[in-house]
Amino acid sequence: MSWPLFLARRLAALVAVLLVASFLVYGLLYLVPGGPMAFLLGNRSGSPEQIAAIRHEYRLDDPFLIRYFGWLGDALRGDFGQSLVYRQDVSDLMSTRLATTGLLVLYATVIIVVAGVGLGVLGALRRGTVDAVISLVNSIFLATPTFVVGVLLVIVFALGLGWFPVFGPGAGLPDRLYHLTLPAIALSLGSAAFLARITRASVGEELRREHVETARSRGFSQSHIVRRHVLRNASIPVVTVTGLTVAGLIAGSVVVENIFALDGLGSLLVRAILQRDFAVVQGVVLVLVTAFVLINLAVDVCYSLIDPRLSPGEAT
Amino acid sequence: MSNDLLVLDQVRLDIPAGRDWRTLVENVSLTIAPGEAVGLVGESGSGKSMTARSVLRLAPPGARLSGRIEFDGTPVLDLGPRDLRALRTRRIAMIFQDPRAHINPVRSIGDFLTEAMVTHLSVPAREAHARAVRLLADVGIADGERRMRQHPHELSGGLLQRVMIASVLAVEPDLVLADEPTTALDVTTQSEVMAILDDLRRERGMAMLLITHDLELAAATCDRIAVMYAGRILEVQSAETLVQTPRHPYTTGLMVSRPSIDRVAHRLPVIAGRPVAAFEAGAGCAFQPRCTQAGPECLTGRPPLRELAGAHVACVRAEES
Repeated sequence: MSWPLFLARRLAALVAVLLVASFLVYGLLYLVPGGPMAFLLGNRSGSPEQIAAIRHEYRLDDPFLIRYFGWLGDALRGDFGQSLVYRQDVSDLMSTRLATTGLLVLYATVIIVVAGVGLGVLGALRRGTVDAVISLVNSIFLATPTFVVGVLLVIVFALGLGWFPVFGPGAGLPDRLYHLTLPAIALSLGSAAFLARITRASVGEELRREHVETARSRGFSQSHIVRRHVLRNASIPVVTVTGLTVAGLIAGSVVVENIFALDGLGSLLVRAILQRDFAVVQGVVLVLVTAFVLINLAVDVCYSLIDPRLSPGEAT
Repeated sequence: MSNDLLVLDQVRLDIPAGRDWRTLVENVSLTIAPGEAVGLVGESGSGKSMTARSVLRLAPPGARLSGRIEFDGTPVLDLGPRDLRALRTRRIAMIFQDPRAHINPVRSIGDFLTEAMVTHLSVPAREAHARAVRLLADVGIADGERRMRQHPHELSGGLLQRVMIASVLAVEPDLVLADEPTTALDVTTQSEVMAILDDLRRERGMAMLLITHDLELAAATCDRIAVMYAGRILEVQSAETLVQTPRHPYTTGLMVSRPSIDRVAHRLPVIAGRPVAAFEAGAGCAFQPRCTQAGPECLTGRPPLRELAGAHVACVRAEES
């Protein structure tokens, strides 16, 4: 199998997953007790004319599949319908928030990878005091919930020391990054600690492999062995965990967004669910599913680049 | 003694096991002259692999290595990290038992072969590549250019072991430590690989310490053979005389328990009992519980290695057998 074929197959699978997911997202809202009419009317009891008008506006009289394909066709063109609460296009509501959440998740990912892999490798190579201290700090970070970390960061670094703003997303890229620093740290600490554990175990295991003994017997220095024979071999579980973590962060960012008053995708989703704003729920969930699937594709491609045994492009 | 390439003198290796120490190698003394091939024969757990690793100080972490190991006049156990690396890069090279586990699976064959040349000998990448292709041809791999681009999982075990041999030849060491180089291979490729290793070693005048459990293989390729049991050397003789007149009952047992194509046996004679490691052995001769010749004198103290008609043997009753 060659690289183009491999990618084509992966992309086809991706489209299939998205299709199923979109069907579930759209369909599940109709399984909720009361059906869409209850959402739309809320606690009011509408007159027959009102009900008929709503049914017509939302095409509720059409068969389910026709409605679904209509919605899917619009969604493919970037039109997710109108929010019932804001009376705005869902795509407009999502686009600004997507930028905030996307930047936050990206920022947190960088911190998670740099800190997690760095501390994990350090712990694996420096067994003893350094490793013990890192493990202890990791345990503390793993055990502390995000909202506690967030509040502590605000108290110490925003209110106490005044180094960072307390809330808001900022304007312009440098200012936005500055505003997102504390949220990104709050979002990443637990995951970074988790990744550090995985990295430490994986690197430690790889250091005991036979081929590393070969490298030692050939007189390579420790740093050469770590660079050439340990890090790449140990990176499969690290990439797996990073992918899953980042995918989880997109939805998990809601807590941090609330603490730091950031208007992100997570808080939009939670609010939409509470307000039964189901066009928004559908749109946001579809975006989250897409992000999840894309990250998994990226992880698979990484596997193939890291390990030739998993690679489609064999040099034969 | 002074013209020996490698001298092992009273080498002992203990590894930590909880609060205790476990002895894996005990009182091993052995010499190898330049260009000489010495076989180190014994069952699993006899300490033969650990003896070879001790020469490169590749013992497991936390292990305690004592005695005297001298390579070309340099005491190996006193070397600093830099000198130890220099010894490993240029002077002594090791061939491992299972090439599939001992070659990095995510890097190409070309990487594996040129890595040492480029890193240690500062050979330009292009020249290292050409040299690696020539080395592959030397070990009987004709389509070297293609193999260089392949990865270990695309090669058979026999081919991989040839690659391992080529990588050892690349640095032209004075001594090759071959740790059961053919054990993980098919029987048909075993003799091929062994012949390649032996030919190229002789051509280049390299000495070899061959670790194997196959007495016949050692006799066919080595000048001298040392037989190990429970971390000790029981017998050292030239290969020819060892096969004709084994002095130690254990060596005799090893020789008769081997299947042969021209001798049909309904049931192979075996050495009763199971092999023990050095730390499991009792106070007397470690082989005594399994020995057919054992007498009461075998229970008092480990018999030392002593000279007997040109051979060295560690058995109090060697004259009688």
